[in-house]
Amino acid sequence: MRVGLLYSRVRVEERLLIEEFERRGIDFELLDVNKFQAEIHDPTPWQRFDAVFERCVSQTQAVTAVRVLESFGIPCINSSAVIEACGDKLTTSLILARNGIATPRVRVALDPETALEAIEDMGYPVVLKPAVGSWGRLLARVNDRDAAEAILEHKTTLGSVQHGVFYIQEHVNKPGRDLRVFVVGTTPIAAIERRSEHWITNTARGGQAAGFCITPEIDDLCRRTARAMAGQAGALLAIDLLENEDGRALVSEVNHTMEFRNSITTTGVDIPGRMVDYVLGIAERRSVNRASQAAAIAPTSAGVA
Amino acid sequence: MSATPASPTATACTCPECEANVPFARRPLQGEVVRCPDCNAELEVTSLDPVTLELAPEVQEDWGE
Ligand SMILES: Nc1ncnc2c1ncn2[C@@H]1O[C@H](COP(=O)(O)OP(=O)(O)O)[C@@H](O)[C@H]1O
Ligand SMILES: [Mg+2]
Ligand SMILES: [Zn+2]
Repeated sequence: MRVGLLYSRVRVEERLLIEEFERRGIDFELLDVNKFQAEIHDPTPWQRFDAVFERCVSQTQAVTAVRVLESFGIPCINSSAVIEACGDKLTTSLILARNGIATPRVRVALDPETALEAIEDMGYPVVLKPAVGSWGRLLARVNDRDAAEAILEHKTTLGSVQHGVFYIQEHVNKPGRDLRVFVVGTTPIAAIERRSEHWITNTARGGQAAGFCITPEIDDLCRRTARAMAGQAGALLAIDLLENEDGRALVSEVNHTMEFRNSITTTGVDIPGRMVDYVLGIAERRSVNRASQAAAIAPTSAGVA
Repeated sequence: MSATPASPTATACTCPECEANVPFARRPLQGEVVRCPDCNAELEVTSLDPVTLELAPEVQEDWGE
């Protein structure tokens, strides 16, 4: 059994995952996504892998490479469907909404003037987010019409085409923190709260992480979210939750390449170990399937049974 | 971007930004991100034999979790 680890940068997280593979004596290979190239008619060079664990920082690179590998029949964690479901906040919101999962209200508009109408109609404050983006970058909390006009103009003038998709989310008056739940398969394994003086609580932006005890309600919400985003088998996901003034948790977004460096000692859970368990489970099944397929087609001296 | 070569068994390399010594606590890995202790530049290991460090690229729009 052999596993590929597709990566672009070895951050603390990738280092921990690599060390986990090494500790277990797993046959694994580091695959630099910048060196990735594939002949789409020839899967043979890739057939040595029973699974590929994707950990790229660039979503475009990740989804492209994974689509190719999946079409060669190699299970990828996460799958391209999961990357696409999580990687675009509008796609995520649509999935959550149609599965009846509690999530903030969202409006989408495709023209700045129409977006302004939508914002006025929703009522201030609202949060504008790029549909594709992370680490708390380029989020705007808009408190009044003046700010809305300025941001919409800036987005239209300075932004790339994608910034012409106006994703407008209800502002949730959260209690100085948000929650992040780590899910392996469909099981929530650990959670943190992230506190900040700033309304943006990402640890990449200085938010402080502390362990959070998963309540039965949040456990259920996250299981349903994982199934909606990734099907019955689930995936490796980090679900961001916002608590509203009634104390109800709403799913804000779902991340497919979770960062967990601040969450191991704070939760006491071996997150990289649990992630590697999950990846190896998938690789193992594939390896066994391949062996039985090979046995079924191998000619035997006794002839066809 | 300049690349600074060092020997493959290097436990330290020179920062391309400020020329300070950047130590490696562990065996460097291709693609690893390290910070220069002197100038705080974010650096990436761009090759292993010899070990080279370059300034890490700017964050792109589609980067993230
Ligand atoms: N609608 C909202 N209301 C209140 N706070 C929000 C809202 N949306 C985002 N935030 C804050 O901003 C942070 C980043 O938002 P998120 O949607 O997770 O984007 P990113 O992908 O950049 O992490 C959240 O963790 C939360 O602290
Ligand atoms: Mg987030
Ligand atoms: Zn330096």
